Amino acid sequence: MSEARARILSRLRAAPPSVAPDRPDWQPPRFGDQRLAKFRTMLESWRAEVHDTTAAAWPETLAALLGTKLAGKNSRTVIHAPNTVTGQTLAEAWAGRSDVPVLVPYIESVESFKTVLVQQADAGVTGTVAGIAETGTVVLWPGADEPRLMSLLPPVHVAVVAASSVRDTMADVVTEQGWKDRMPTNVVLVSGPSKTADIEQTLAFGVHGPKEFVVLVLTDA
Amino acid sequence: MAETAAASTFVERAHKVLGNTKLRGNFRRAMDGLMAKRAAQFADIAAWKSLRARGAAAKRRVLARLPELLEQLEANCTANGIKVHWAETTHEANSIVLKILQDHDARTIVKGKSMVSEEMHLNAFLQKHGIEAIESDLGEYIIQLAGEAPSHIVMPCIHKDKGEIAELFTRHIDGQPYTEDVAELTDAARRVLRSRFAAADAGLSGVNFAVAETGTLVLIENEGNGRLSTTLPPLHIAVMGIEKLVETLDDIPPLLSLLPRSATGQSITTYVNMITSPRKPGEKDGPQEVHLVLLDNGRSRVYADNQLRDTLRCIRCGACMNHCPVYARVGGHTYNAVYPGPIGKILTPQLDGIAVAGDLPHACTLCNACVEICPVNIPIADIMVRLRREAVHPSDSPAVMGAGCKHTATEAAVWAGWKKMYASPALYRMGAKMMQRFGNMMPGGMPLLKEWTSVRTRPVFAKKTLHELAKEQGYSDV
Amino acid sequence: MTPASAYPVPPRPATVYYFGTCLVDLFYPDAGLAGMDLLRREGLKVVFPQNQTCCGQPARNTGMYEEARAVARAQFKAFPNPWPIIVPSGSCAGMMRMHYPELFAGEPDQAEAEAFASRVYELTWFLVHVLDIQLKDKGEPLTVTWHGSCHSVREMGVTDEPKELLRRLSNVTLVENPREKECCGFGGTFAVRMPEVSGAMVTDKVASIEGTGAAQMVTGDCGCLMNISGAMAKSGSPVKPRHIAEFLKERTNG
Repeated sequence: MSEARARILSRLRAAPPSVAPDRPDWQPPRFGDQRLAKFRTMLESWRAEVHDTTAAAWPETLAALLGTKLAGKNSRTVIHAPNTVTGQTLAEAWAGRSDVPVLVPYIESVESFKTVLVQQADAGVTGTVAGIAETGTVVLWPGADEPRLMSLLPPVHVAVVAASSVRDTMADVVTEQGWKDRMPTNVVLVSGPSKTADIEQTLAFGVHGPKEFVVLVLTDA
Repeated sequence: MAETAAASTFVERAHKVLGNTKLRGNFRRAMDGLMAKRAAQFADIAAWKSLRARGAAAKRRVLARLPELLEQLEANCTANGIKVHWAETTHEANSIVLKILQDHDARTIVKGKSMVSEEMHLNAFLQKHGIEAIESDLGEYIIQLAGEAPSHIVMPCIHKDKGEIAELFTRHIDGQPYTEDVAELTDAARRVLRSRFAAADAGLSGVNFAVAETGTLVLIENEGNGRLSTTLPPLHIAVMGIEKLVETLDDIPPLLSLLPRSATGQSITTYVNMITSPRKPGEKDGPQEVHLVLLDNGRSRVYADNQLRDTLRCIRCGACMNHCPVYARVGGHTYNAVYPGPIGKILTPQLDGIAVAGDLPHACTLCNACVEICPVNIPIADIMVRLRREAVHPSDSPAVMGAGCKHTATEAAVWAGWKKMYASPALYRMGAKMMQRFGNMMPGGMPLLKEWTSVRTRPVFAKKTLHELAKEQGYSDV
Repeated sequence: MTPASAYPVPPRPATVYYFGTCLVDLFYPDAGLAGMDLLRREGLKVVFPQNQTCCGQPARNTGMYEEARAVARAQFKAFPNPWPIIVPSGSCAGMMRMHYPELFAGEPDQAEAEAFASRVYELTWFLVHVLDIQLKDKGEPLTVTWHGSCHSVREMGVTDEPKELLRRLSNVTLVENPREKECCGFGGTFAVRMPEVSGAMVTDKVASIEGTGAAQMVTGDCGCLMNISGAMAKSGSPVKPRHIAEFLKERTNG
């Protein structure tokens, strides 16, 4: 171990002790039967587009949406993760159709897939493990089957959220899902499209990540 | 930081800003907006108070157990595959970063916003060693183009207006026409930086919270450049101060509820990025290696003092500068320090020493506006006064470098005289008589009076003191 | 009205001490006397110890703790009986109530300092919460605005009390200043250590006061009063600056 480590720790240990206070009670907000409404309002306040749909119908909802959004484009490329439930559902629903964008699976490593991701992709579709009503947030849980960059590099990110997975607060999700014992490589909480207010406090979207953030809420899932 | 600036004083630097109407307008407008947005977030005062108590307790718990938590964090990060490094000084931290980059033959790195890397003056150091560091946060990118330092810890280019930014972009970006359209300027930055991200050999970031319990690094941001810096390049280096810990994952929600709301009046940032390991087998992206550099740079010295230790609770939201009436007038560069505003006024003298930054604690009216809104309840004003004291009267605490170096015989004599007069009722009454009689005849050009009358008329000593009036009006003395 | 501050409302006493403060003593004795008259008019015996001097704040805020303690100890001696100590200045009250305990931590007379501190009350807070003073306005219709001093608001928790008193005057209209709680730039030695920054702050403060359209600006702290009124006089402002005690007394004395 380094000398710096030993010296830093020994200085910290030599300091006079202080008592660790208890954590005082703190009640995160509760939304009751307004939870889904709050989730939607908050998401929309971040300039996310929220659409109610169903587990069976959402690929169709998405096809229509992207049809409008990508209307002016020659090639329309949507990145999906074929080994996830979300990706599989999409692939099956769109199979053999010419009226939908081209689905490109993200199944190779970023080193060889970078050009597609950085330059060609029009949209990325991911699943989510939860929604958070208080802040209008979806929780992404990337992994081997659903890589990290598909929600970040394409100009449109589509997140599919089961209505039943929406909770009041982040604290609820962390506790209920037992995060502390199973943190993956990366967890990302997303609340809206990429934005900045660095120039004169004026909001601008898509500075690095997606310019548009579409949330499909599956009301029956 | 410019060498010449270091030789000037706060007062001299403030003078330049105070004469710049445009700059003052930029700051004032921005601060007013930020204060209003924050206030709207915490409209329910009782809820805010209980949340703040929870956040402050979480950080106080960390400080009470700092050495063991650092070891726990190191053990968990290491188990997760994150390589942990320790640096006592900024030079050591720079050397560690350089060594990692050289081991990977890295020539360019992209950076997410990191105040610790500013503290290290990392970009200049890497440049000397032939490595280009590109700031990717839009604000940081702008000031890097301008060759300046951040003027605010959350909004680094808050001092610039869009005209200045438009000019910078036209000058530095190929084929960029002059435009003050914010969306177009933003698109231009996206275009330039996207290609830099794709080509970068490494990414560097700060850390907002490191969770000891799980070995997780939590980073918050709105732009996505932080996620890109920590995901796209094959190597990720994170730098953090040794105090930026929390004990458990359960401490994150309340602190996250405090930080962005205090900073910019948002209930959450667009992205909360939680990193627990490098790319695992089977995963398609993410860096192959993640390194975490823990920087001391004086923090363990500050930690030795039970009062000053509270400074280390800071979560770098910047709300204290947004609410500081001095900061709003003079802007961030006047502080000539990495951390400006109230927190900078107490942190800088502690990290860099009184000799370097001893005038900062005096750039404050002790109005307590910062104390009122600090999300982790740091007693900034009391620490400010303590540092004023250390500057002239060193205590036996080893925490402050250069304590006592501002002691002057003249000032000591002035206060000794003051004490003599005000501690003795008889002398005070005599002194008051003198001032009544002669005070109004003091020449206007004399020190203190001259400064006072620069924008005010001189105060007039009354004909009779309250002591005399009380007696005349029959108010009992006992 | 419920007090915003952390300390309890004491029972109505028969006798109170009055701590005039050093600035009031030399520069605003009429304001100081007005405060005493208001208390006396409410039937209280008001004792003004002739041995009082200063709370010690200038020294404490500069880091001269020894000097501050020496001066504070002189006040302990001057106010020996257990009566409430009323102060017509939030800043000096804050020094004594909030900072004496910390200034004397570990000193042999720590307990005495704490006991003294717990007897200190800001004048308007005392008038509202302890005396529930009723004010019969005998003045002409008038528009005023309030300047809340930083230490009054943030150390003593005195925010609405003075405005409550102004609202009890039937002919007085209170106009809120949106920047009411922003520091005026006085800050004791700050005003002379950093005169230009302080000057910018007080200039903005005066502009915000003038922006309310009020004919008078009322405040409860003589540091702020000296700073703001000095700047107003220098710039020829039409607004008239007043200390609240003097203002209340004048409005109700007919």
